[in-house]
Amino acid sequence: MQIYLPIAEVSVNVFLLFGLGGMVGVLSGMFGVGGGFLITPLLFFLGIPPAVAVATGANQIVASSISGVLAHFKRKTVDLRMGLVLLAGGLIGAALGVWIFNLLKGLGQVDLLVRLCYVVFLGIIGGLMFVESVNAIFKSRKGAAPKRRHHGWVHGLPFKMRFRTSGLYISAIPPMLVGLSVGVLSAIMGVGGGFIMVPAMIYLLGMPTKVVVGTSLFQIIFVTAFTTLLHATTNYTVDIMLALVLILGGVIGAQIGTAFGTRLKAEQLRIALASLVLLVCGKLALDLFITPAELYELVAG
Amino acid sequence: MRRLASLAVLLLLAALPARAEEVVLGLSQSNVSITTDFDGSDILIFGAVKREVAIQSDPPLQVIVTVEGPLEPVTVWRKARKLGIWVNAEAVEIDSAPGFYAVATSAPWSESISAVEDLRHKVSIPRAIRSVGAPMDIMDSEAFTEALIRVREHQGLYRVEEESVELQESTLFDTSISMPANISEGRYLTRVFLTRAGKVVSVHESEIQVGKVGLERWLFTLSRQMPLAYGLLSLAIAALAGWGASALFRAIRSG
Repeated sequence: MQIYLPIAEVSVNVFLLFGLGGMVGVLSGMFGVGGGFLITPLLFFLGIPPAVAVATGANQIVASSISGVLAHFKRKTVDLRMGLVLLAGGLIGAALGVWIFNLLKGLGQVDLLVRLCYVVFLGIIGGLMFVESVNAIFKSRKGAAPKRRHHGWVHGLPFKMRFRTSGLYISAIPPMLVGLSVGVLSAIMGVGGGFIMVPAMIYLLGMPTKVVVGTSLFQIIFVTAFTTLLHATTNYTVDIMLALVLILGGVIGAQIGTAFGTRLKAEQLRIALASLVLLVCGKLALDLFITPAELYELVAG
Repeated sequence: MRRLASLAVLLLLAALPARAEEVVLGLSQSNVSITTDFDGSDILIFGAVKREVAIQSDPPLQVIVTVEGPLEPVTVWRKARKLGIWVNAEAVEIDSAPGFYAVATSAPWSESISAVEDLRHKVSIPRAIRSVGAPMDIMDSEAFTEALIRVREHQGLYRVEEESVELQESTLFDTSISMPANISEGRYLTRVFLTRAGKVVSVHESEIQVGKVGLERWLFTLSRQMPLAYGLLSLAIAALAGWGASALFRAIRSG
């Protein structure tokens, strides 16, 4: 059954879309990631215009993050104060990102920007995750304890704030900057940025692991909501119909994924996710390097 | 220039009384509705030739049907390899090109219309596209126009269907033009040309309205006219779906 998307102005198979949302939902439930970094490039492959894919991807993440953060609020694993500082940076970053997006759209280079960002970030994250989980498997076989990193330079900065839930007393500048860079990515790539923010919060800010996911979800809700609004008002590229089908598939998939995830081993899970990320990255990179079948591209206006 | 214009008027006046054959058109539909399950559409175009004289069989009468979507400017980008990756490097702005263009004929193209008549009535696809000039540094601007036609033919937006018009007894004709799902909205101009020996003897024009209806129309209009409300609506749906899903699954698990 085909469904006509009013904003993307293309007709796609509704079950394919639903399945895509569901599959990414399963993954997000299994690995605890938002899945935006997979949904947006997969939408490109389906023939959805990149600008619509990015804006609608942001909208879809709002739904999956709300679904996730509620559970964390119950367990009191959200550092609201840290979340608000991250959010302040995130909103500035999102505005900056949409501005860059529109600037390059005017220059006809927005496709390239989005694809390049994906190749670079998926490559880095997938590669790091792969190496780290392979190492972890070897270490767990040897029985060595994981080392805790130190982060001396972060403590030297001014504007110190106390974050009780995280048990931290650090400068507000690093969290602001982390929020800001994630905000830019959210606007350009249509992702929540959890895959960047979570490692940054653990290794850079030294936050305890148990509050990291809840806090990042809290920040992601508002940054992606803001991004959605900015794209909707400046580019008119948010497709409600597309978002709705993806969301429905996604929330159902996420519940299935959560049930699966508890039965699998963490390292194996992460290697599987890393391979998937690298696969998508490889496909996008190939498209950039291989001589395209059609050298010309049409842009309305 | 003025002499040319007056000559044209004279020719036109001279041509008028000779119009012994005229088209009586009956479209199968005067509008195409883009609904939620829209997946392209076939429009049937049929009609009859009205004449006051006896049927003249040599040269034979031919029929050409064109359907033209709204004219829009288009920027055509050409990619080039820079630092190993393919990027949009050069652009030519085409002043106006139809978003959709279909030509159906009753005979092979060369027997249907002469090059001069094609130029005058803008019947073939290249004639329907208007491109005034390319930037100074681009020497091969025709390549960009050709690319525009190639890409749109590939998308099913431009099509030439030779010998797809059925003409019976030089009087009744019918053809079917298929529109893909990715057509744009607007007024579509339908023209029927009657030709003899490559010369146009009569033209008939009518319109087909293509537009989104119902939910599609409402969402699209809202997104353009009240983008903030539209954005908030999409957020509200997302929030509701996110909250609803977690509440529902909690209920299932505890229940």
